[in-house]
Amino acid sequence: MPTKPEASTDSRAGTPSGDDPVLRVDDVGIHFALRGSGFARLLGRDTGVVRAVDGVSLDLQRGEVLGLVGESGSGKTTLGRALLGLVEATSGSITHHPGDGAPATDIAALHGRALRRHRTKLQMVFQDPHAALNPSMDIETAVGHPLVIHRRASGAELHERVVAALERVGLAPAEQFLAKYPSDLSGGQKQRAVLARAIILDPEVLVADEPVSMLDMSVRAKILQLMLDLKADLGLTYVYITHDLATAKFFCDRVAIMYLGKVVEIGPTAEIFANPRHPYTQALLKAIPDMDPTTVMGRDAPRGEIPDAARPPRGCSFHPRCPVARADCGWEPRDLKALVEQHWTRVPIADYERERALLGGLSDLDHSEHRAVVKPRGGSVADVGAVFDRIRDEKAGEPLWQGVTATRATADGLVFEFADATAVPLRPSGISEVACVRYPLAGDPAELGAEAGRQEHGPRQVVESPG
Amino acid sequence: MTAPVVDATDLRIWYGTPRGPVRAVDGVSFSVGRGEILGLVGESGCGKSTLGRGLLGLLPEGAKMDGHLGFKGEDLLAMTPKERFQRRGRDLAMIFQEPLTRLNPLMRISEHFVETLRTHHPKMSAAEIENRSLEVLRLIGIPPSRWKSYPHEFSGGMRQRLMIALALVLRPAFVVADEPTTALDVLVEAQIIKILHDLRENFDTSLLLITHNLGIIAEACDRVAVMYAGKIVEIGDARTVFADPKHPYTRELLRSTITLATDGLHSIPGAPPDLVAPPTGCHFHPRCPDAMEVCRLREPAIRARGGGPVMVGSNDVACWAATPEGLTAGETAPLVREELSVADEA
Repeated sequence: MPTKPEASTDSRAGTPSGDDPVLRVDDVGIHFALRGSGFARLLGRDTGVVRAVDGVSLDLQRGEVLGLVGESGSGKTTLGRALLGLVEATSGSITHHPGDGAPATDIAALHGRALRRHRTKLQMVFQDPHAALNPSMDIETAVGHPLVIHRRASGAELHERVVAALERVGLAPAEQFLAKYPSDLSGGQKQRAVLARAIILDPEVLVADEPVSMLDMSVRAKILQLMLDLKADLGLTYVYITHDLATAKFFCDRVAIMYLGKVVEIGPTAEIFANPRHPYTQALLKAIPDMDPTTVMGRDAPRGEIPDAARPPRGCSFHPRCPVARADCGWEPRDLKALVEQHWTRVPIADYERERALLGGLSDLDHSEHRAVVKPRGGSVADVGAVFDRIRDEKAGEPLWQGVTATRATADGLVFEFADATAVPLRPSGISEVACVRYPLAGDPAELGAEAGRQEHGPRQVVESPG
Repeated sequence: MTAPVVDATDLRIWYGTPRGPVRAVDGVSFSVGRGEILGLVGESGCGKSTLGRGLLGLLPEGAKMDGHLGFKGEDLLAMTPKERFQRRGRDLAMIFQEPLTRLNPLMRISEHFVETLRTHHPKMSAAEIENRSLEVLRLIGIPPSRWKSYPHEFSGGMRQRLMIALALVLRPAFVVADEPTTALDVLVEAQIIKILHDLRENFDTSLLLITHNLGIIAEACDRVAVMYAGKIVEIGDARTVFADPKHPYTRELLRSTITLATDGLHSIPGAPPDLVAPPTGCHFHPRCPDAMEVCRLREPAIRARGGGPVMVGSNDVACWAATPEGLTAGETAPLVREELSVADEA
């Protein structure tokens, strides 16, 4: 059985060979402006931004495989594209330290021709090999295209280098494939051709965005094995973007778990999978369908879905779904509305109709503040209070109630006050770093106080190899 | 065991192409009992989606189907198109992969339900429609306060819940779910699998769950059918098949799946065959590590694991190596074959 080559196993424990980053991401934010309606723009109304990536700092060490893991909308693909300058970072810097001793460059500040020239060192492999190859370009032209664009080779040399690249990725004998078109190849063969095109310029870093998720199970292993072989032979560094924890566990040296534009946990792969700390990481691990049919169905998947990045939750973005959230996680009126709506899926229709007539559509709760007012539509404030008492009694362990500091009946309606949210930067916990109020667990209080504001020294000291 | 809701015998579906007929489903037999969840697993191109659509009579132009397809004692294939049309939705329903494209963006959720129920029950009153729909939505976890919302106001997972609710509101006896979670995130996928798993308690529905994800099969299904190149190569109790796969393809598929327990990569050599001209004998023999001479020459029939007769609910396998009784020494000799090149594998 083919196994993982030695070269990467010894680096698995942590960061390989100390501190030698090839890419250094420092407090990068990538925001997209929402267009809104033409009318809103005429009035000059602010239509808001989507914070696809929000203050991410991490180092990519030379020779490692760093996994960016998260659900759709977590910002992992946007961050991966920004590493190559395919998306412009709104803030922060992405510094590339070339291996040949050339001076470091801030990719986020490069534009146009300089950026394109620089990108020869950083290449990308896309998710869908069917879409990544031009259907009207034969394989020889497609794979050799980067050499032509960057004027690195022509004529006989071009041909030779294309043949060498194809054979390197297992499309051998290359003569069989040179004249073929993408439609003649299977999915796995296309992904091999895409890899050949990515390595032909001798890059240092490959950003692979879900390189195997479009492929069948029996082919995935072959492509991952090929990528490991290429890494060992060519001394590559990978950023592996995926939503699939199982391949990430096998493939990566370090893993960064992303949620709604932020890294919520980062650490050596073995540590993340053996001791997941962030409740989101724990939920992800629990949610993977298990192939062992003896385990009983009925895992508790967290409720809800990844929130809208244009209107992120207060405090920790994961708090509305978190089973172990505390008072200071950032509870807000929207969570109260979600709770009432959940309650309505459990009660009989008649009760729903009565309560709905009393509370209305709850659209007043659609905002993010520390105070919510529930106005009675057809009844008294006391009636509203009775409904909430009922909801409260239904599920005693509901974490939201910890975040409600006071409930008052006023002339306006029932007022809920929510606790302040604690900021949650990435903080070291064990050999991982976690962005959660619950960590570090047994940390000294002074450390917590110092870190609560703005993280000063970035993540890089913490991920040093333990051995 | 009670009479099966759906039973298929020697079902074949083929598409006409200029190169000749593509035998997408090539003689499959199975049955689904009342309240049972049968998982149908295989790689892309094995015919699993074609089979699912064929059960509902939703095949595209140019496709042909024959064999026997029984639904509650009636033969669906002997019916007129109109009779089949009447069964669809009411008795047999489908949940598709892409919930985002299946809802009409200009119609409120309420209108989707009204249209569905009115089509099949023209005399139903508005109040009854609303009651019945809200009851299903509630069980599926959608707050009744969203009754008048539009599809764009729902997230991906909520839209898939809506699709499931729209299929179930007619109380069909049999539902085909084709990759219902493929477009969804891991955590939402877990929520949807749980809903599907609980269907039989809430709706008394039988389910054919088509997926390429073995983990989902193991979690949600009672029985599993493994498809390869248009044929069911192994079918049986999900626990038994996963714990002790008898067909080499099932075994290799389980081994090549990357899970959290994976510590070495394994893959099946070669690629699935062209269904216009599939290999002779067993379709899997060119890739099979256990192949014998007989596998190239004769096609193995599906037989019960111990060699006994195939019965409703038995664990069956179509493989010479698993049921070698009666083969000669010459036939059981290992197959001599040419080396596969690496390129053919991918």
